[in-house]
Amino acid sequence: MEEPFVKTEIRKDENIVYKRTDLLVDRPLSYCPGCGHGVVHRMLMETLEEMDIQDKTIGVSPVGCSVLAYDFMNIDMLGAAHGRAPALATAIKRLWPNKFVFTYQGDGDLAAIGTAETIHACNRGENFTIIFINNGIYGMTGGQMAPTTLPGMRSSTSPYGRDVQTMGHPLKITELIANLPGVYYVTRQAVHTPSHVRKTKKAIRKAFEQQKENKGIAFIEVVSNCNSGWKMTPVQSNKWMEENMFPFYPLGDIKLDGKLIQKSEIAK
Amino acid sequence: MGELRLMKGNEAVAEAAIRAGCDGYFGYPITPQSEVMEYLMAEKPHERTGMVVLQAESETASINMLYGAAGTGKMVMTSSSSPGISLMQEGISYMAGAELPAVIVNVVRGGPGLGTIQPSQADYFQAVKGGGHGDYKLVVLAPASVQEMCDHVKLGFDLAFKYRNPVMILSDGAIGQMMEKVVLFDPIPRRSEEDLIKQNPWAATGKPKSREHIIITSLDLDPAGQERVNLKLQAKYKKIEENEILYETLGCEDAEFIFVAFGLSARICQKSMDLARAKGIKIGLFRPITLFPFPVKAIHDLGKKVKGMLVVEMNAGQMIEDVKLSVGCSIKIEHYGRFGGIIPTPDEVVKALETQIIGG
Repeated sequence: MEEPFVKTEIRKDENIVYKRTDLLVDRPLSYCPGCGHGVVHRMLMETLEEMDIQDKTIGVSPVGCSVLAYDFMNIDMLGAAHGRAPALATAIKRLWPNKFVFTYQGDGDLAAIGTAETIHACNRGENFTIIFINNGIYGMTGGQMAPTTLPGMRSSTSPYGRDVQTMGHPLKITELIANLPGVYYVTRQAVHTPSHVRKTKKAIRKAFEQQKENKGIAFIEVVSNCNSGWKMTPVQSNKWMEENMFPFYPLGDIKLDGKLIQKSEIAK
Repeated sequence: MGELRLMKGNEAVAEAAIRAGCDGYFGYPITPQSEVMEYLMAEKPHERTGMVVLQAESETASINMLYGAAGTGKMVMTSSSSPGISLMQEGISYMAGAELPAVIVNVVRGGPGLGTIQPSQADYFQAVKGGGHGDYKLVVLAPASVQEMCDHVKLGFDLAFKYRNPVMILSDGAIGQMMEKVVLFDPIPRRSEEDLIKQNPWAATGKPKSREHIIITSLDLDPAGQERVNLKLQAKYKKIEENEILYETLGCEDAEFIFVAFGLSARICQKSMDLARAKGIKIGLFRPITLFPFPVKAIHDLGKKVKGMLVVEMNAGQMIEDVKLSVGCSIKIEHYGRFGGIIPTPDEVVKALETQIIGG
């Protein structure tokens, strides 16, 4: 076995300032190098560790790239059918009101096949947290067009670019959700730079703190890249995301403390 | 003796759920079973026992709410009727795959498609042979009275948790809607969270430091792993077949001919038996109560003693396939059925017996 890079004599408990949280299972992630999923997983698990609620949390994973999220998150979890995570979470939270419950969903899962479950759970004002990863594409099935694919954007089922006349417009589901009275907190974040990562983590913390107070749905969209699906290098994909995704899906808080703070732009 | 009441079958299901210690009901309105949720909402079970009742946005959502709650070890139920049960097949398959206990009540109406709101038994194949995708089985109970609508809820929960498997109560619009006297069993308190965790160590209830994290899923991408999952399921179904068969016989001791019927059809056949016996025909009734596990051996043994069987169903001939497989080819076995919401009369059943079996 190779000598570890860090010399053992300085790797003492008192010298450790940062390490992987034990709430992430020590195994390789199934995500492509450069993908944002792993970062969001880590922010989520660090938050649960800092709040010391591992034993009080039940998570629901989706179908999509993060279908195996339950293998990486060291908490009790249920794998939902495609789009149905908010239905599972509704029942779990209703029957375990003292637990923390969250769903982790992609754009196809949350904004296409699961639209009804998403909107109705939000409208009922269920007390759980939704983490929504929007990369504008179906990653796991090989890069097909998603409900959030931008106009003109290429995918394997829109190979000449999304033609909104025949393929429909991208769905700004987060703005739709924000207008529902059962929803307390809506924000759109990113994880491609350290400062964005920090903001995302703060948003997750806020969502779980509010869940403790039964405030209603907290909805965190993370606009992320899909370098494999977009057929770019990770660096190119992050640049493309800043130039194309962020103008269409602007970052920042949309609803705070139950009040809309940004004029919703459901269609441009 | 428990409390005696006059109730609709649908109301008996609802009252039985509260009394069985059910933790949650999730449903969506559809005729002819909407009284289940109506009764539950009116009864305020959250005040009686703490039970949660929620009207979902669709049957798809209801069954997935069931999946979520059952994955945490909670005792949960839904009810619907044929088109709604078709929508639930996705979730039912996932629950069977993830081995989750729950009770699903199907108050069957005539199909296919939107069909009719009148009673039918045309969902036998869907309930017994799978319905959703993949190799799986539900335990299927077929009540023939309002009393059994009540009793099968309690029995259903017992079997669901004993085998960690969804249980379907396959009723029909007539049994759901008709009123009969019913003896209600004494209420069983809902389990405490501590007891639930102790009794269901497989459930996702929040990971303490003392154990590994629990994952509820029906996914195993490794073919060898998925085959192991399937083999485990098949072994479980075999155990259910060995231990849980229920049926009822009436007048089979001296019978030369047999009616085989479940649920409402069996009620009609009871009257047909009286009419036929008055004519001197030695006829008995065999009523499967569990449709899965199917009483294969009992029907096989009966087939050795009699000259013929008439399988009476409110469908185009579904259970008859299982009766024929059970008996073999030694005797005459015919089907008599009405569809689309028509309930056969006792007289026409006797006529069918005379023309198709005795004279045929």
